[in-house]
Amino acid sequence: MVMLKRILKWALVGLVLFFIYFPILFLTVNSFNQSDHIQNWTGFGWDHYAYFFNFENEPIRIVGQTLLLAVIVALFSTVLGTIGAIGIFYSKKRTSGALTAINRVPVINADVVTAISFALLVSFVGIDKSTYVPLLLGQMLLCTPFVVLSVIPKLRQMDNNLYEAALDLGASPTKALFSVIVPQILPGIVAGFLLSVTLSLDDYIIAAYTKPDSFQTISTHIYGLDKNNIMGAKIKAAYWAFTAIIFLLIVLVVIASNVLAYKKTRSKKR
Amino acid sequence: MTETKTKFHFSRKLLAIPYALFLAAFVVIPLLIVVYYAFTDDAGKFTWEYVRVFFNESGEGLLGFFQSYNFKTIMRSLFISTMSTIICLLIAYPVAYIIAHCKLKNKSTLLLLFIVPMWVNFVLRINALKELFVWLGIYNKSEAWNIVNTIIGMVYDFLPFMILPIYTTIIKIDKSYLEAAKDLGATPAKAFLKVTLPLSKSGIVSGVSMVFLPSMTNYVVSNYLTFRNVKIIGKLIDDYFTGDLWHDGSFIALILLLFMFLVTWLTGGFEADEQTNARGTSLW
Repeated sequence: MVMLKRILKWALVGLVLFFIYFPILFLTVNSFNQSDHIQNWTGFGWDHYAYFFNFENEPIRIVGQTLLLAVIVALFSTVLGTIGAIGIFYSKKRTSGALTAINRVPVINADVVTAISFALLVSFVGIDKSTYVPLLLGQMLLCTPFVVLSVIPKLRQMDNNLYEAALDLGASPTKALFSVIVPQILPGIVAGFLLSVTLSLDDYIIAAYTKPDSFQTISTHIYGLDKNNIMGAKIKAAYWAFTAIIFLLIVLVVIASNVLAYKKTRSKKR
Repeated sequence: MTETKTKFHFSRKLLAIPYALFLAAFVVIPLLIVVYYAFTDDAGKFTWEYVRVFFNESGEGLLGFFQSYNFKTIMRSLFISTMSTIICLLIAYPVAYIIAHCKLKNKSTLLLLFIVPMWVNFVLRINALKELFVWLGIYNKSEAWNIVNTIIGMVYDFLPFMILPIYTTIIKIDKSYLEAAKDLGATPAKAFLKVTLPLSKSGIVSGVSMVFLPSMTNYVVSNYLTFRNVKIIGKLIDDYFTGDLWHDGSFIALILLLFMFLVTWLTGGFEADEQTNARGTSLW
């Protein structure tokens, strides 16, 4: 009975993992298909990889500029969000309560409402989309609240006396901020940064409403592809190769995290 | 920086100012503009026109509203998002529970397995699902399949957002409560219903709020997995805006916004504990 329960339990977990990974695995297998169409397997080949890694072609350039955008957005969001979180944490209860509530609005709000309300502001003020400013601010709007949400718990866990001690020992408030508070909340800051990168990479709707016409992110590029046209099918197939590479990366990360955890427990035992 | 220090007394509170300004400029003001557009015409004059158009599209009064395109879209969205949320919850809760209670040393690696697929770009993931549907032959013109495909897509996309917050609340439950329940003679089922389930409520609420609204509005999923024939409320707003009908679009966005505020207020989401936040702020 206990055995059966255990089998059922892990069968469920396995089934859900299968549901999550099968589509990605399916694309990975097809990335070696010589044909641009999934329905007909015409033989094993590296064609899609060759197309993807050719800098003359669009996909790799778009992947590059999407990554660059994500890193820039994440950097800005992390700085703004960390400063904001420290400020909110030390504000009076009413101020911090109000700011925390407003901070939750973009988190809970539907992306499309955030996007159109922001786009309305952009057209109201008359900012030119080709300056990239709307895209940058729009994606920061998406990411910064999450940075705040990941930094505030770390501030709560922090020992507050250390900051006072640093001031008593003659450190300037700025110096105390950078050498006492920041190191203690660093894990939260790093988490916020990584989360911002993934949110920016994943975003379609905000980018679609705020990006310059000539600029594409991975999301907007794939969404706009017409697979009935030969070029569209080819580009789409190149993205299968990209998916396969990310999949490989995932596998490596999971193995690495496993090995690290294993080493940690072993060194503890010693 | 040195100047501010000498002139004013530096206080950490002041650090809130730049972000407060950011929130005011890019969250509060845009929402006010949405309200403004919903109730004004092109000349900027106050009007009920777009409210009237929305409820009385067919010109048959309020009764006609229940047969209108807008009403049908809202109902379809509600159906899709309710189904997606329920399925997500039914899958996520047992999974989160099993991981939290398993005897493995590194549970976080197991949890990681459910989260890392999010590193594959969202449109690519949906594309993968679509290619699979084509291969399975369920990507076809039948309306029932299109709705089913949309729901599968929403579940596929938002499942991690449900697993994470539930897992974080279950893992935090003090094990001694369960032992106490056991000692006092509760069956495992009863202990679960009286201890674990109530204590993981905040995780469920947070997960539901991360799935329900997005699966009503994420039109990329519904467009991509169907022949663009399953319209959900997010697409309705998008259609109005790409068709330059900003006022009509704003009114629908306003309805969605009010709905969001209502749900959040009812579930106490505005003062919710950050720890239960989904999208993995606590995972990294």
